[in-house]
This record gives sequence, C-alpha cells and structure tokens, in this order.
Amino acid sequence: MTPVSDTGSTLARFTPAERWVHRSLGLLMGTCLLTAFVLYYGPISLAVGHRHTVELVHVAAGYALPGPLLLGLLSSAYRRDIEVLNRFSREDWRWLRSKNRRDGSFDVGKFNAGQKLNAALTAGSVVVLVGTGTLMFWTGLVRLSWRTGATFVHDWFALGLGLLVLGHLWFAISDPEAREGMRTGLVSRRWAEREHRAWVRSEK
Amino acid sequence: MDEPRSSGPAGAPVGRRVVLGLVGLGAAGVVGGASFSRRLSDWLAPAELHDPTGLLSTLPVGPAFRYYSVTGGVPRRNEQSYRLRVDGLVAQPATYRLSDLQALPQTTFTSDFHCVTGWSVPGVEWSGVPLSELLDRAGPAAPARAVRIRSFDGTYTESLSLEDARLPHVVVALRMLGGPVSHDHGGPVRMYVDGHYGYKSTKWLSGIELTEREVPGYWERRGYPLEGTIGE
Repeated sequence: MTPVSDTGSTLARFTPAERWVHRSLGLLMGTCLLTAFVLYYGPISLAVGHRHTVELVHVAAGYALPGPLLLGLLSSAYRRDIEVLNRFSREDWRWLRSKNRRDGSFDVGKFNAGQKLNAALTAGSVVVLVGTGTLMFWTGLVRLSWRTGATFVHDWFALGLGLLVLGHLWFAISDPEAREGMRTGLVSRRWAEREHRAWVRSEK
Repeated sequence: MDEPRSSGPAGAPVGRRVVLGLVGLGAAGVVGGASFSRRLSDWLAPAELHDPTGLLSTLPVGPAFRYYSVTGGVPRRNEQSYRLRVDGLVAQPATYRLSDLQALPQTTFTSDFHCVTGWSVPGVEWSGVPLSELLDRAGPAAPARAVRIRSFDGTYTESLSLEDARLPHVVVALRMLGGPVSHDHGGPVRMYVDGHYGYKSTKWLSGIELTEREVPGYWERRGYPLEGTIGE
C-alpha cells in the first residue's frame, strides 16, 4: 500500500500524480455534466442555443474523460490505489450492510466500501457513456433502433452518474479534512485513525 | 476466489465485476432499449398526465421532444410579424402572412418523428399547407431542381430535391400535437418533411427558394447526409 510517511501528526495520503488524476477528471466530469444538462433540458437548451458548439464541447470532454484515468497508470501509487479499490474484503461487505458504519468500530483500509463502490460505478458508467455517445455522434455506425437504445442508455447512465457525482460532492463538503487530503496530499493522524484505521495500521 | 494473494490487497475483485456488469447492462440497453423505453413510457403515461410536479416528464422515460436551437436566440414572430417568402427560380415570387397560409388548403396526418441521433416521438399529428401547393402557386422555372429552406433564426438552412419537396406529406406546418406550432417547436410556422430525419424539418420557417441544385444545409455541412431519409 501507499507508504505512509509518518511526520508526527500528519500522514501522506495522495501523491501528486493521484491528485492530478483527481483534479483533471473532476474538471472534465464537470464539463460533461454541465453541457449534458444544456443539451438535455429543453428550457435551458433553447436559452443557451448554439447546439453544435455545446455538443462539440460535450463530446470532446467525454472522450477526454478516460485520459487522466489511463495516464494515471504511469504512477505506481495510483496503480496500487486501483488494486485496493477493486478488492472487497468481508469487512467491506459488513461495512456496507451496517447502520453504524461511521462509529469507528470497523477496520477501514485506505478506502471505505462506499468509496470503492463509487469508483467502480463511475468507471463502468464512463465506459458505457463513451460507448453509447459514440453511437449517437457517428450516426452511420448502427441502425436507428440501436441508436434509440443508445440514447436511452446514455440518458439513464448520465442521470445515475450525475447523482453519484452529487453524492461524492456532498461527502466532500461535509468532511473538510478529506478535502484537505485531496488538495495537499496530507491528512492528520487523528482523522486517519478515525476514518481509515486499517490503512494507518498497515503502514506501521 | 477470496484467497488472499501474496501481493496486493485481499478480497474478491468486486470493482471489476461491477464495471463489467455495467458494460453488459449498457450493451443490452443499446440492443433492447428502443422497445423497452416504449413500453416504459406507455406504462408511465397515465401517471405523467396526473403528475402535478411535472418531474416525470423531465426524466428520460421515453418519447419526448428535445428542443434544438443552433443560434444564441430566436426572435418571436406572431400573427402580425410573421412572413414566409417564396422566391428564387419561380415565375411568381410571393410573400405570405400567417393568415394567408391559414386560408390555403390544409392537410392533416399523423407520423413518427425521428431524430437522427436516436430519440423519437411516435404518433405526432401534423397539419399545414402542402409544400407542393406553394410551389404550384409560385410556378418553378425550367432549371429549378431543388428548394432551399431558410429559418428566421438567421442561420439554419436545409434543402430538398424538387421531387421530394412535392411529396404529399411535406408540409409547411401551422399546427402540431393538436395546437398551433409553439415557439419552442419552431412556430408559428415550421417545415415537416415526413420520412426524413428531424434535421430536414426546419424550425422557424422564413424562406423557400427554388434553386438549380441542392445546397447542403446547416447539419449537412457538419457531417449529416444530404438525403436524410429515415433508415430501417
């Protein structure tokens, strides 16, 4: 796992590469969701107009989305994070099912099960949205009924992904120290002991 | 499966399964989504009619028009300010007011609206003046082979071969969905070209010009096919 450099009361949580992936993905995701809203919601579509330009920005940001995720693979810290996010332990299932998952009685690793689930759902949704978006943009690729299906899938996955991102922002807003960790790479030992105690222990 | 590996974290690769599951769901939705969404919307239609919040109709539950505009804003035209110009290679150029168009013979029919990107609205009722009526009144000159259609948004253009323009269900539409064509739908007067994708049905219609050949329109200069015939 990520080496935790123990400088007294702070722990190193994210490397610059990991933070760069997060920031770039966030910027592109914001662009995709905002332009998606303009393209989809009628009153805003007409108020903003310029459909072709908005569409090109949306498509460009959409195709760029996997970019930071793939470039991140150059970093070994990021690759380790992916491996951690991928694996669900028994403790993770217990965490998901429990009602008191936040009371500090669980052995939570670098990421809790909710964060793991969010990562998987986001990654899968990005793949589906890029795929269905391709069928909608290059209209000659498949027959009309599949394009109708692609639009249907694209709409619902976009709605789902939008809600995931809103939930993600909600948790970030309600935990300043978690945000600090993503902004500076460092978190306090006290916070880490409370939220990710198995992570702190594994690095000792 | 749950056996911890010597390196890396222990546990089942649930993340990967979730990703693959979503991709499978997406693929199934592409193939079956068209009929599924139609059934979903049939099932929800009664609830949508009695939904006081209007939230249901903003969800992607099935057939609903999406409103496209390619400019920053479209001026509103009404009974007094609306004009339709018919000119180009014709014997008798003419300008029609809304009331002039209303006084001409009308045709009414029901047809499915298909956008080239995939969304569609079945069973839309259209009513208006057949384009052939206006062409007959103008008297196309011998070299005229096509019509160029303009919008009062100032940017959008479309074109049709003269042959297609004369088909019975190509109309200068004054009514759709049981009422006058609303501003958002391209009113007070728009084109409806049956059997063709939506981009052929110019909104906010302002001009019909007879030309020697088809001039590619707004979306056609951006990659869509000139014919725009609805495929299978």
